Amino acid sequence: MDFKYFNDPERLLKLVSLFLEDGVGATCSIFALTLMLSLPLGLVVALGRMSKMPLSRWPVSFYIYFMRSTPLMLQVMCIYFLLPQILPFKMDRYWAVIFAFAINYAAYFAEIFRGGIQAVPIGQREAGRVLGYTRAQVFMRIVLPQTVKHVMPAVTNEVVTLVKDTALASTVAITEIMLTARRQVNANYTVEPYLMAMIIYLVLNGVASQLCKLAERKLNYY
Amino acid sequence: MLRAEGIQKNFGAEGVLKGISLQVNKGEVVALIGPSGSGKSTLLRCLNQLERVNGGAIYLDDLCMCSTENGRVQYAPEATLRQIALRMGMVFQSFNLFPHMSVLKNLIDAPVHVQRVPKGKAIERARALLDKVGLADKADQYPHQLSGGQAQRVAIARALCLQPEILCFDEPTSALDPELTQEVLAVMRGLAAERMTMVVVTHEMGFARDVSHRVVFMEDGDVVEEGPPSAVFASQNPRTRQFVGK
Repeated sequence: MDFKYFNDPERLLKLVSLFLEDGVGATCSIFALTLMLSLPLGLVVALGRMSKMPLSRWPVSFYIYFMRSTPLMLQVMCIYFLLPQILPFKMDRYWAVIFAFAINYAAYFAEIFRGGIQAVPIGQREAGRVLGYTRAQVFMRIVLPQTVKHVMPAVTNEVVTLVKDTALASTVAITEIMLTARRQVNANYTVEPYLMAMIIYLVLNGVASQLCKLAERKLNYY
Repeated sequence: MLRAEGIQKNFGAEGVLKGISLQVNKGEVVALIGPSGSGKSTLLRCLNQLERVNGGAIYLDDLCMCSTENGRVQYAPEATLRQIALRMGMVFQSFNLFPHMSVLKNLIDAPVHVQRVPKGKAIERARALLDKVGLADKADQYPHQLSGGQAQRVAIARALCLQPEILCFDEPTSALDPELTQEVLAVMRGLAAERMTMVVVTHEMGFARDVSHRVVFMEDGDVVEEGPPSAVFASQNPRTRQFVGK
């Protein structure tokens, strides 16, 4: 095979720095913002899903069903192309992606959190109540810390998936790793930038899963 | 001090408590005994607001937890309920220590965050209590590192750390082997000697006979017999005799 980049260190380095300038940053920021928004949102959705009130439970259940049953790529495109035709303002493409990702991942996290919350034995809540904790305190001080430990492995899975899903931002022309790779491939008549993109995703997910493992180990004190 | 009148509790169509009354006086140790399914634990859980009654009234001194008028149960406002809850402690069969907190944190968390006791003072109180239950050296351990007997003694210390006026025990030794049972019972004997007011659901007949001031024998959601242990354990009632094994 005739390599254009991988047998020439100088050109390879240039390709790497191209990705670093134009792609890795966007991928990482989409990843980080999505996590920061969808984790807390997922918790709220989980609580809504477990509510005793049907008026909260049913719409939330439908929301989760909707988000998990349609392709994320389609959701991204609908929010970017369709929503501005209904709403009076135009959405910046970057924020459209963040919005789509956040509400999509919140649905997945909600189901994970629900399982984690329900896995905390009922006796823990009862002990909290007889000790005089308010309902909010029982949740924040007793249930939630134990939930975090339960859900860590499943959350790690989602985190790894999210790193890869950021590639869908390329469908609305956000210059992240995937789009940069495609452009380089088209411009230079070689598929090597795809190979490079793959290596970068591997590195990013290597870091992400190590961080998750570290967090899991930190939670293993009991 | 604690008064329950005509307590009814149904699970579905089934009546678990059929109008039970119970009075507990200050400094008294009351043992609730009876076969499994007789409603002892349910009664205790109603007293601790873990179950809502379907009829009857509960009072702590002059505070009314719930009352029934024209067949409608009325519970006190949330503030009153918490006030009552804080004056009562509860020890569970399955300990229910918080696994993510150290032993010391298990003890001080509620005093600090519920009663707003200054942290230093709560720690002082907690250490004294751990010393009392013979576990002063376990303060920094986590619940999973403890034996069942140690865990239950920590649970008792945790309940005491809020300085309740009444301590309820729901089969505190049923999950323990005979040796560990003895170390927990020793702690409870010590509390009785200090005139702690206690309501104990138990299958430990020795404890009921030797430590309690009054024994309530329950079956099928009703009180069969009630009286000082000497009377109940020498009862002429055939059902009581059969149960206490004489």
